[in-house]
Order: sequence, then structure tokens, then C-alpha cells
Amino acid sequence: MDRIPILRMGDFLLVTIQVDMHDRLAMTLQDDLTGMIEKTGARGVLIDISALEVVDSFIGRMIANISGMSRILDARTVVVGMQPAVAITLVELGLTLTGVQTALNVERGMQMLRVAIAEKESANASDQE
Amino acid sequence: MAAGQSRTPGILKTYSAELLDEWLKGLNESGQDGRISASELRAQAREFLQLLEEASRHEDMDDLESAEWTPIREFLDGVSRSRAIQGFTSAQTATFIFSLKKPLFSRLQTELGNDGLALAAEMWKATELLDSLGLYTVKAFQKSREDIINRQQQEMLELSTPVVKLWEGVLALPMIGTLDSARTQIVMESLLQRIVETGSEIAIIDITGVPTVDTLVAQHLLKTVTAIRLMGADCIISGIRPQIAQTIVHLGVDLQGVTTKATLADALTLALRRSGFAVTKNKV
Repeated sequence: MDRIPILRMGDFLLVTIQVDMHDRLAMTLQDDLTGMIEKTGARGVLIDISALEVVDSFIGRMIANISGMSRILDARTVVVGMQPAVAITLVELGLTLTGVQTALNVERGMQMLRVAIAEKESANASDQE
Repeated sequence: MAAGQSRTPGILKTYSAELLDEWLKGLNESGQDGRISASELRAQAREFLQLLEEASRHEDMDDLESAEWTPIREFLDGVSRSRAIQGFTSAQTATFIFSLKKPLFSRLQTELGNDGLALAAEMWKATELLDSLGLYTVKAFQKSREDIINRQQQEMLELSTPVVKLWEGVLALPMIGTLDSARTQIVMESLLQRIVETGSEIAIIDITGVPTVDTLVAQHLLKTVTAIRLMGADCIISGIRPQIAQTIVHLGVDLQGVTTKATLADALTLALRRSGFAVTKNKV
């Protein structure tokens, strides 16, 4: 059974979806990713969906769910590289993915995560003082 | 029906010059204006008579769809198209064919004057033929008119949705005209496509040229904004006139979470500030 690889890059986890998602694959990814965050103590998750061309309401909701789960596990999630057709489909389906952070490409997404985590750390530091 | 039974092809062949002259006389009387020159009309009429004569020699005179009638159908397609472009009405275009009846019938009458029954039968055949040809002309005329309208609609859609680059990483879309579902779809697609191509982080939608904003238009705008956000870019809506602002509030449309600015200049200033640019005036 195929899985979507989860790559570790320092504090971040990188998930690149290169194949068309089907429901089973999305469920496996959800399990794997939450497990991986727990195991590695990652601070940020980057989901690259630039190769994803077809979505349905289930996959759309899964993206939102994964993002929410990571947040609870204290890892910021950024979804990057959404294709125009996918964005239009999600909007037409009424899935606005509120609360999910998005970026145009992996580079910008990384930048976003770094800034967000730096802000959080400085906030934590000032709390402790 | 055998070729021998029908006299029409024979008449068309023998009296082609006389028929042409009488036909053109009739055409001129029925008020052809200056849009088409006499020589062009004559050339068209001559070609039609020739094609008709050739086609009518064949067996099935009633079936316009058969292969024998292909040249005449193509000729009529061409004539109708040029008539449509020249601005003739469908009635004028059909008259071109129908006015052949008079000279043709008078020839038939002189040929078959003694035989009433045969004359009636011939006339009926000729009428049927010319009627179907005339109707075919009208059909072709309408089709070419519809083609023109469709093409213009398409051109208008493309014309009215240019995506312009205002600054490095800032795109603008000046919307002009009424927003309906089809147009919003095209606008949304071209804007999102350009965002991907240019990697722009900020898109400004300027609605100065949109005459009215109702709930449907507002909903379309919100959809576009959401789609842009999903792709990881930001969207600013500018060019909201005072009346439009009032309408939006009266309609109860919720524009919370959407950045709005009164003018495109304000929107550009905000976009520049967000992307870390500062505009300063040189000290003189």
C-alpha cells in the first residue's frame, strides 16, 4: 500500500503530495503525520499540494483537519502551492479552510513558518521573564 | 423523377441569359441599395443560375442534403455570410432567391402555355425547390449572424478582464462592466493563473468600473477573495464608490475579513507597505 512520504527538515516536517489523493491515502497521511509530529516534536508542518489537481469535499476537509490536528500538537501548518483550479473547486464546494495558513510556494511557506515560530519563542521568552 | 419529365432544367439551360437579365431587373426593382455593386450581384446571380442548372439535372430535385446539391449549398453559405457582414436583413437575403420565381414562372408559362396540368405541376416543383433554397439561405444567414454575435461576446469577455502588474509582487485587476457568474469565473481563473505565473503575493481587485453591486456580485467577489487566500496570496478590493458602500451595508453583505480601500492608489500604498517598500519624495 502506498504512502505519502513525510520528510523531516530540522524543526519542520515536509509533506509533498505528488499523486492524486484518494480517501484511504488521506486517512493514512493523517495517521502518519500526527504520529510523526508526536515522535519528532516538530514545530512546523509544510504541506505542498502543487501537484494536486483534483480535489473533492472529503480531501478538502482532510486538509483542514490535518491542519487543525497539527495545531493542537503545537505545530504550525502551512498549505502551499494550491493550483487555481483546486482553489476554485474548494470555494465552489463551500470549503473556505478558515484557520488554515496558505502560501504561494514552499520557499514562502518556510519563511512564514520561521517567522511564526520565532514570534512564538520570543513571546514565550518574555512570559518566562 | 426522370430528367425528361421536368422542364425546369431545360429552361434553365436554354434561357439562362434571358432569365439572368429578368431576374436582375426584378432584383433592382425590389430595392437593392448601394451595399452591393451591380456587377457583383450579376456575378452572384449568374453563378447561382449555373449551379442550379447543373444541380437540377440530377434525379432527386427535392433533397437538398444530397451530394448533388453540395456546390449550391456552399455557394449559398458564402452569399449569406457576405450578406450578413454587409448588414442586409434576412428578408433581403431571402428575396435574392425568391425573386427568381417570377422570371422562371413566366418562362414556364410560355413553354407549357397550352398544357394547364403540366404547367401547374412544373410550377409546383419549381416553387418547392426555390422555397427550400430560400429557406436554406435564411438559415445560413442566421447562422452566420449568430457566429458573429458569439465571437463578439467572446471578444468582449477577453477584452474586459486584463490582469496588470502594478509592482513586483502586486497584481491589479480593473473590473469593468456588470459581473455575472460566467464573467466572474473567467476573471477568477485568469487572476489566479497570473498569481501562479508571477508568484505575486498581493492582488488588487478594482471595482470602479462595476456599475452596480448586488448580493450576487458581492458573493462572487467574496468567492474570488477566498480562492486567492487559499492559494496563499492576499487580496485587496478597491474602487468602492460611496453609493456602493451604502448598498453593501444596506444589503447586509458581510465583507469582514476582506481588506477594502476607497481608491486604487490607497490599495497600492497598502500593498507596497505590506511587501516592505516605501515611497519617498526626493528633497529638492
